[in-house]
Amino acid sequence: MAHSLHLTVDGQEHKLAVDPRTTLLDALRDRLGVMSAKKGCDHGQCGACTVLVDGRRLNSCLALALTHDGSEVTTSDGLAPAGELSTLHRTFLAQDAFQCGYCTPGQVCSAAGMLQEAAEDAPSVVTEDLEGPIELSDAEIRERMSGNLCRCGAYVNIVAAVSQAAEESR
Amino acid sequence: MRPFDYERATDTAGAVATLTERPDAVFLAGGTNLVDHLKLGVAEPRLVVDINRLDLTEIDELDDEGLRIGAMVRNSDAAADPRIRRRYPMLSRALLSGASGQLRNAATMGGNLLQRTRCVYFQDTSTPCNKREPDSGCSAIGGYTRYHAILGASPECVATHPSDMAVALAALDATVVVLGAAGERRIPVAELHRLPGDHPEQDTVLDHGDLITALELPPPRPGRSTYRKIRDRASYAFALVSVAATVDVDTSGPTPVIREAAIALGGIAHKPWRARAAEAVLRGAEPNEETFLAAADAELEAAEPLEGNRFKVPMTRGAIATVLSELTGTDEPETTTEDTHE
Repeated sequence: MAHSLHLTVDGQEHKLAVDPRTTLLDALRDRLGVMSAKKGCDHGQCGACTVLVDGRRLNSCLALALTHDGSEVTTSDGLAPAGELSTLHRTFLAQDAFQCGYCTPGQVCSAAGMLQEAAEDAPSVVTEDLEGPIELSDAEIRERMSGNLCRCGAYVNIVAAVSQAAEESR
Repeated sequence: MRPFDYERATDTAGAVATLTERPDAVFLAGGTNLVDHLKLGVAEPRLVVDINRLDLTEIDELDDEGLRIGAMVRNSDAAADPRIRRRYPMLSRALLSGASGQLRNAATMGGNLLQRTRCVYFQDTSTPCNKREPDSGCSAIGGYTRYHAILGASPECVATHPSDMAVALAALDATVVVLGAAGERRIPVAELHRLPGDHPEQDTVLDHGDLITALELPPPRPGRSTYRKIRDRASYAFALVSVAATVDVDTSGPTPVIREAAIALGGIAHKPWRARAAEAVLRGAEPNEETFLAAADAELEAAEPLEGNRFKVPMTRGAIATVLSELTGTDEPETTTEDTHE
């Protein structure tokens, strides 16, 4: 039986009816035509589907859409309203942080969520002092971005792009 | 994916009542494991009861400096909670060493405990698996066993429990608060999960319809603690072996003596493995490498490794000794911090 679903995606409100089996990712892509979130593995292993849900990064492939009824979803597109590139979009371009670009929207959303977590002093497993302030070293960035795979192997430049964005947003 | 009905639970008692009536229903929390199982055909419920809106998201002080963590607190929020970071650094580290940032934002405390094995045969519905389909056989025995058990397995199942968090909770003597059809009860985390025996399909001692509502942490133990995880990648991989340990050393006499030690092991058994035999060797002994290796050997005496995971025996032995050396400062000059991560 179809259930009603209300989502705000990149600032735009949507009301639709979905089968309960619909994942958030499939609702975005197949039902709402929002192609910014990508389907990579569809099993929560690659991070290509990462979006921000009420400001927090999530794998949209491992969430039923209905769980997030009423939520505000932001994709990489939504981070660039009116075509104005965000800091992360600019630094990904500046650092050449992709080749094919398929994982990039997920990388950008993950980095956006991660920078917010670090700004709130949330530690990672490589943080020496669990109670201290967070310095986003390359090791910290690599650990915090480990949920996003890049099969082109642009990792070195992704770390540089995220590092530059962190620097600029300080 | 097989079709299912969907309901959003609005209160805990109602959620338990719904599931108790419906043997074909499941609770949905963070979804990081269940949604995958729905896709793979590993789980085929007819009704999914979504508990994400239940009011189980608080972390509260208990009377004795302990903490009560709501079952729907997200793993990332628990790991970052200042009280948990200060009083239970081992738990913070265990949580942070699991999965990825995105997954920890979704995964819940209750769901993490109830996640199922990542045994490749369990997740592949084209292969026999006693855990997924009782009496169909075990494909892991004689197959790919790198991630499988060396302790407490049975001829029916050699799967491991994948959680990092549960290993720390077992070492901390945490308790789960469970609401069932007959009311509320408490179960020590170390007794929540079962060994496979003849019924590998049962991961835990919970009944269908039971809902974990909270975790309770006793007051922090004196001494130093940490969580160490060994895995195939630097990040975002399940443990080959992990060690959660707390050690308290009495340094008032002429020679230091271990007052108390609590150790739990991950990645090596069907449940978070509380290493009671090792603890017994440590208690009252002098903290040195000989003691630590003897403790590890006492625990691993019963190990029955498989073709593909013999390496786990020396790896576990080394991990226990290394963690204990660090915690007792016998590997280096005096250290002072409580949390010895490096």
